[in-house]
Amino acid sequence: MHRPTRRRPGRGLLARSTPWLFLAVPLALLVTFTYTPVFSMLFYSLTSWDGFSPQKEFVGQANYTELFTRPDLFQVFFVSLFYLASGAVQMVLALYFATVLSFHVRFRNFFKGVLFFPYLVNGVAIGFVFLYFFQPGGTLDSVLGLFGARGDHLWLGDPQLVNWSLASVSLWRYLGLNFVLFLGAIQSVPGEIYEAAELDGANRWHQVRHIVLPGIRPVVSLSAILVVSGSLSAFEIPYIMTGGANGSTTFVIQTVKLAFQFNKVGLASAAAVVLLAVVLLTTWIQRVLVPDEGVELV
Amino acid sequence: MRQRSAALLAAALTAMTAVAACSGGSGGTGGAAVAPSDPASVSGDITVLTHKTDLAADGTLQRYAAEFNKVYPNVHVKFEAIVNYEGDVKIRLNSSSYGDVLMIPAAVPVADYPRFFAPLGSSAELDRKYRFVDGGGYDGQVYGLAINGNATGMVYNKAVWQQAGITDWPTTPAEFRADLQAIKSKTQATPLYTIYHEGWPITAWQSYLGETGCDPGAGDALATDTAPWAAGKELNRIDTLLYDVVHDQLTEKDPTTTTWDAAKSRLGTGKIGTLPLASWAISQLKAAAKAGGADPSSIGFMPFPAQADGHFCSVISPDYREAVSIHSKHKEAARAWVDWFVDRSSYAQDQALLPTLKAGAMPEELKAYQDAGVRFIQLGQAKNAEVSKIDNQSEIGLNKPDYRQHLVDLARGAGSGTLDGYFAELNRKWAAAVKTAGS
Repeated sequence: MHRPTRRRPGRGLLARSTPWLFLAVPLALLVTFTYTPVFSMLFYSLTSWDGFSPQKEFVGQANYTELFTRPDLFQVFFVSLFYLASGAVQMVLALYFATVLSFHVRFRNFFKGVLFFPYLVNGVAIGFVFLYFFQPGGTLDSVLGLFGARGDHLWLGDPQLVNWSLASVSLWRYLGLNFVLFLGAIQSVPGEIYEAAELDGANRWHQVRHIVLPGIRPVVSLSAILVVSGSLSAFEIPYIMTGGANGSTTFVIQTVKLAFQFNKVGLASAAAVVLLAVVLLTTWIQRVLVPDEGVELV
Repeated sequence: MRQRSAALLAAALTAMTAVAACSGGSGGTGGAAVAPSDPASVSGDITVLTHKTDLAADGTLQRYAAEFNKVYPNVHVKFEAIVNYEGDVKIRLNSSSYGDVLMIPAAVPVADYPRFFAPLGSSAELDRKYRFVDGGGYDGQVYGLAINGNATGMVYNKAVWQQAGITDWPTTPAEFRADLQAIKSKTQATPLYTIYHEGWPITAWQSYLGETGCDPGAGDALATDTAPWAAGKELNRIDTLLYDVVHDQLTEKDPTTTTWDAAKSRLGTGKIGTLPLASWAISQLKAAAKAGGADPSSIGFMPFPAQADGHFCSVISPDYREAVSIHSKHKEAARAWVDWFVDRSSYAQDQALLPTLKAGAMPEELKAYQDAGVRFIQLGQAKNAEVSKIDNQSEIGLNKPDYRQHLVDLARGAGSGTLDGYFAELNRKWAAAVKTAGS
């Protein structure tokens, strides 16, 4: 046993500042790219700035008043429900695949790669690929044709279908991320526990029910938070694929349009602040409803 | 604990004021961009921001620069092609680094021009030589010269229209619809594409404003009109035609997936009859026809199907305006490029565009217009700033895709509501904005 004795004189300051030196770079990046923009956004939300003019007129809470007195601005949150639904399906699927692939399966690594791959592809590329996929008589219709469901469908053109189509693209894209989170959590459960359970006569379902699920609970709740905040702030896929047309406008698309189409940066900043508040609030509610308890497996 | 949050608050406030201070004031170096008297004496490296990414990529701009260097041997021109030009440059105007020469983003209000750009000369003087001078100036000074002009109309495939037995340009919206119906029944082609998915092509319908009544004041009238979509008015007639064409199923089956590139080659090869786009599209569609193995001469250009006093009218309007940055260190060299590009380059001819120079030659493609006696009109720009203020305030977006995309959705039964209901809603929003934003 080696115990540190008294610190040598002269090295105290350096030694004490070492962790801060290591932290300096990430802190500087965090402040520059996260906190400064958030504070400027808070400031913009109190002005009627148009986005480029040197003058920024201070208007107080007028933007917030306008935001909350115009119900049409909040209607778009309805679209988030489609993404929420697809997020729920996504979690179930991710959990299923992660469980199956954590056991010994043939071509295990190949399937892991297949599932994770979409997450690596650039969102713009995905948008373009699925644009062809969803064309009437395009890839999806041809594939459905093989199964006897002939006919052209307006996957993006039909207002009943458009949000389901977009949400399923989102599901496909982010499945890999959830899958990897779950897989990592499942694999961190010590192997001896499975062996012991098997000796006690537990089958696969028992193992999943009593070992895997309780073991990865913190990751599942984290994932649920990501899914909820992600569905509230869905942007990339609908923006690239439809530009928010045909009733697929989400809250973020609407905010971007307010800021950059109609030059209402002040109002858009207020909308962004409200979105931030909504996301923080739902996260908080989730944490209250599902507290993050310690994991006790043994 | 309390002390710490006070410190945080102080830091936050400092950050906020710092941000506000950075972006306040133009801090410009000032000075006019005077045309150099002796070409050989001008020198310097200048950066030209351009939205013409295709011409930057295929070396056309470099060729223009080489031509330019024959006159100005000591000026080095570097191009910076920007894909999302409008959005990116608008944001860069917050800094002092936006090139030496740039196209003025459409979102910048005319009254702000003196903050960002160097004056090029008085309107009265430049007006003698150039078209479109009055919209690029403020307080008698000109800050931007249009690189070229566009004539509105519709690009069509002559072969397809002839196959349907149509030889003359339609003169009324009803005749236009009948012609498109004929194309639908007699040929394999889709009569018209809206290219809804891309967004920007559908904004071309806004450029027909003024054309149905041959009224140069149609744009300015919007500043005070509290019901621009009332029956018989310009916007009502334009939007009704778009609605009817889509409602009669004379357009593409799924507008939400059609791309510009596909539409380009399909029109070129005779699978589409008509694309409602201005004259800038002609050269690109000819190129697409050639690439598809079809005859480029089958690409024609016709005016909007409406006449006033037995005449067609075509609104001619400036493209982006070229300006010199107020922060440029080589204003003379920058001015030399602007003058050379507008006066002496072959750009307008090469691209089949209307030249800015009043004395410039009309391109081949617009000859048919002149031969048919189409009247070129220019919309007054006096109330531009107010109209765009009202437009932004009302969140309608006359030049943005959303409003006409919604119109198409209504027409094809994808949106809920009626055309009259939508017109009433637009009128209501516009009238409210006229009251608050108008002066």
